[in-house]
Amino acid sequence: MTALGILLVLALVLVVFGLLFRLQILTSIFSGSSAREFGTSNRVNAILMLVFLIVGGAAFAWSFGDNFNKMNPPIASVHGHATERMFWITMIVIGIVFVLTQVLLFVYSYKYQHKENQRAYFFPHNNKIEIIWTVIPAIVMAALVFAGWKEWSRITGPAPKDAVVLEVMGKQFNWLVRYPGRDMKLGVVNYRLIDATNEFGFDLTDKSGLDDFVPGEIHIPKGHPVLLKIRSRDVLHAVYMPHFRVQMYAVPGMPTKFWFTPTKTTDEMRAQLGNPQFNYELACNQICGRGHFAMKFTIVVDEPDDYVAWYSQQKSFSEQNPDVLASFKQKEEKLVVKKAAATVATPAVKASL
Amino acid sequence: MAANLPTQAQVQGGIGVTEPHTTHDEHALHDDHHHDQHWLFKYVFSTDHKVIAKQFLITGIFWAILGGTLSSLFRLQLGWPESTMEWLTPVLGKWVEAGKLNPEFYLALVTMHGTIMVFFVLTAGLSGTFSNFLIPLQIGARDMASGFMNMLSYWFFFVSGVIMFTSIFLETGPASAGWTIYPPLSALPQAIPGSGMGMTLWLVAMALFIVSQLLGGVNYITTVINLRTSGMSMSKLPLTIWAFFLTAVLGLLSFPVLFSAALLLIFDRSFGTSFFLSDIYIAGQALPNVGGSPILFQHLFWFLGHPEVYIVIMPAMGMVSEILATNARKPIFGYRAMIGSLLGISLLSFVVWAHHMFVTGMNPFLGSVFMFLTLIIAVPSAVKTFNWLATLWRGNIRFTSAMLFSIGFVSLFISGGLTGIILGNAALDIQMHNTYFVVAHFHLVMGSSAFFGLFAGVYHWFPKMFGRMMDEKLGYIHFWLTFLGVYLVFLPMHYVGIAGFPRRYYAWTGFDMFSQFADLNKFISIAAILAFFAQFVFVFNFFYSIFRGRRATENPWRSTTLEWTTPVLPGHGNWPGEIPAVYRWPYDYSKPGAEEDFIPQNVPYSKTQSSNLPYENENE
Repeated sequence: MTALGILLVLALVLVVFGLLFRLQILTSIFSGSSAREFGTSNRVNAILMLVFLIVGGAAFAWSFGDNFNKMNPPIASVHGHATERMFWITMIVIGIVFVLTQVLLFVYSYKYQHKENQRAYFFPHNNKIEIIWTVIPAIVMAALVFAGWKEWSRITGPAPKDAVVLEVMGKQFNWLVRYPGRDMKLGVVNYRLIDATNEFGFDLTDKSGLDDFVPGEIHIPKGHPVLLKIRSRDVLHAVYMPHFRVQMYAVPGMPTKFWFTPTKTTDEMRAQLGNPQFNYELACNQICGRGHFAMKFTIVVDEPDDYVAWYSQQKSFSEQNPDVLASFKQKEEKLVVKKAAATVATPAVKASL
Repeated sequence: MAANLPTQAQVQGGIGVTEPHTTHDEHALHDDHHHDQHWLFKYVFSTDHKVIAKQFLITGIFWAILGGTLSSLFRLQLGWPESTMEWLTPVLGKWVEAGKLNPEFYLALVTMHGTIMVFFVLTAGLSGTFSNFLIPLQIGARDMASGFMNMLSYWFFFVSGVIMFTSIFLETGPASAGWTIYPPLSALPQAIPGSGMGMTLWLVAMALFIVSQLLGGVNYITTVINLRTSGMSMSKLPLTIWAFFLTAVLGLLSFPVLFSAALLLIFDRSFGTSFFLSDIYIAGQALPNVGGSPILFQHLFWFLGHPEVYIVIMPAMGMVSEILATNARKPIFGYRAMIGSLLGISLLSFVVWAHHMFVTGMNPFLGSVFMFLTLIIAVPSAVKTFNWLATLWRGNIRFTSAMLFSIGFVSLFISGGLTGIILGNAALDIQMHNTYFVVAHFHLVMGSSAFFGLFAGVYHWFPKMFGRMMDEKLGYIHFWLTFLGVYLVFLPMHYVGIAGFPRRYYAWTGFDMFSQFADLNKFISIAAILAFFAQFVFVFNFFYSIFRGRRATENPWRSTTLEWTTPVLPGHGNWPGEIPAVYRWPYDYSKPGAEEDFIPQNVPYSKTQSSNLPYENENE
């Protein structure tokens, strides 16, 4: 009933607007203003152009300054400082072009508004100017590309040999992390072996996987290169760690990687921000379904000593899940038996050929 | 006001005997005798390019309203993530669960908003309308090369639209994997329900859409190459035609690649192939597919996807160039440079696609190559911008609604284009990829700009379409509200993006790092919804003016191009008499020594001795 009432009121308001509009047209016809080619409206629009530039420009500058601190996530990686500097240098370059072109656009619009007895200046082209404003952007672009290319090559170059290695795997809808354990080797995994307990799909017949551990949060040492090996087991995800300026897709069937060096421990960052609750966070940044917006994982940056201590305390997956290990043992035994049978059977087959 | 030159020229040209120099002309004249066509063939299954253009336009308006409504719905969610949506239950039904919007439906809204706006509004609605309407009128042709194929183009688009529209009402929801439909999410109904029937209908609809685009594109290209009137060399074409022509070429070369991607995805979904699928464990089950690559799909998708953004923006660029020159009463500055930059953009648009994929795990060397090529494409775009500014310089500007939207276009194109320099830099894209910075960037540079081009085009050519004028005052109100609204929505969105807010998030409240800016998001939502409502001023003005607008004259904007030499409402065949011949370029505005401040293209140099430049006299 109320909905009907609201609709009725809306309809009436629309009718009133329609009538007012019609009235305005009729009066303008009677007063003769609709016949004039350039009424006051041309002047009003020209002035509005200038007003938009000044008021809009001021509002933009104010809001940008007002939000500036909020829009800069604090940086916690070595390459992050470099890309951040490049980002703001590029912003200054495009900011200058932005201001220059927008000011010209609106000022010209105002200044060259229609005037009686004025004729536009016939100016079809000028090769010299055109060459100048083709070459200058080309040079600026070349400089930006070169700087970007150098940084990009450094970031995506091979990780240092001594980098800490861990694997991040995306799934609907959370992250799983795995460390190589004491042997510093990640064990073999196979997506066909995944089940509710063996979420990584560990193939525990591979000995190097026995000491792999699967913690509930990521720990990484400060000042030490970290190599993320990234996988997905269902759809696309993306590892996004804004504080470290790290982003890389997690692709099913195609392992990816990203390496970086953290520069501030979680405690240092808490002190810097004056926020004892602060945590580094890992988010998913590639649409992956219902829970896309909630794929959060905590990252802790430790002092190297604390990191080593934490690392040595972790219990391996196989230790925590003796049933899984046992089932692999059983399978292995069966396999050995089968293999033995096969080796016995093969000569017979060969003989029959 | 002195008599319009085109009318004089027409009178002198005489009406009556027409040289049947092309078979096409004969055909058109033949049709002319049958004015008592059945209404079904006149308005529905019409082969007249002008009617087809209007069909595209009105269908496009329908889709734009729908696309805008969807965006208002998800902006409500983003602005007020904690409040109840119970009041939307009458409209959304089961998609509101316990007062909250279903997160999967949120993704469906985002997906359909993107699909509708990019393909149905800004590709079909924009290029379909104006390529159809303006190509024959501006090059001096009776109609398109094949009127029948042109009609098919619209009806394939229509059927495609019906299917896409139907998919919105499915019980499992429409496609929900983002408008880029990256597999495996789009391939597996287990991953998201929208990837079931919704995705199937999406793919079928897009396949038909591509057929429509190809039928249209072949026609536009053929018409521009073959049916130009006498004297209309390629170097005398209005920039609109150059833009439509190159847009059609881009579409013809890139849409088939999307078709192949869609086809392979259909195979993966329905016939058990593994083009894009590998090593997947989902919903408690390991899938048998191995060896496919989801990244391959992205390469195929963006091979269309990137030219697609130029397919969207180039027609707008062409129309804006035309409207700026007409209303500044000045020749477009650097006509040849404008054509050159269009050619450059067209060529380069095919070799920049992987800048959408810097962080997908593709070889970093490839990233370097694409970064280099991407930043080159900024140069022709910069040249265009400077040329538009130079066109305004020392002009004599009339602020028609079309002119306002054209100036707005330039402003938005600058604002959105510049941030492309950041996103095209692979090192900076690591942080910015898939954040709201990207969303703000492309909504300004291709979304809003192309919309502004569309509005400018409608206001400018409305008199030729419907024989009446749109109301200028309402046009001004529409412009200022929209212009302000667009900036209020998308400038703050950059801040949110620099802070790293990911796109396609149902809510950011779960993360400490994304939980600031709740106020700003509310602000963006309010601005977006108000800007959307402002569009109804246009809708009202459009439909009201079709029936009750002031009657138009033949050439209300005192413009030089051929469409303004036709009668107020051109009939089938466009010119009642002979097609005018063309003698000069389309931008002779305010030429020194000329009587009027414009000389139409069909006026020979022999009639304008006083204003001819030295080399123009030698031509005679």
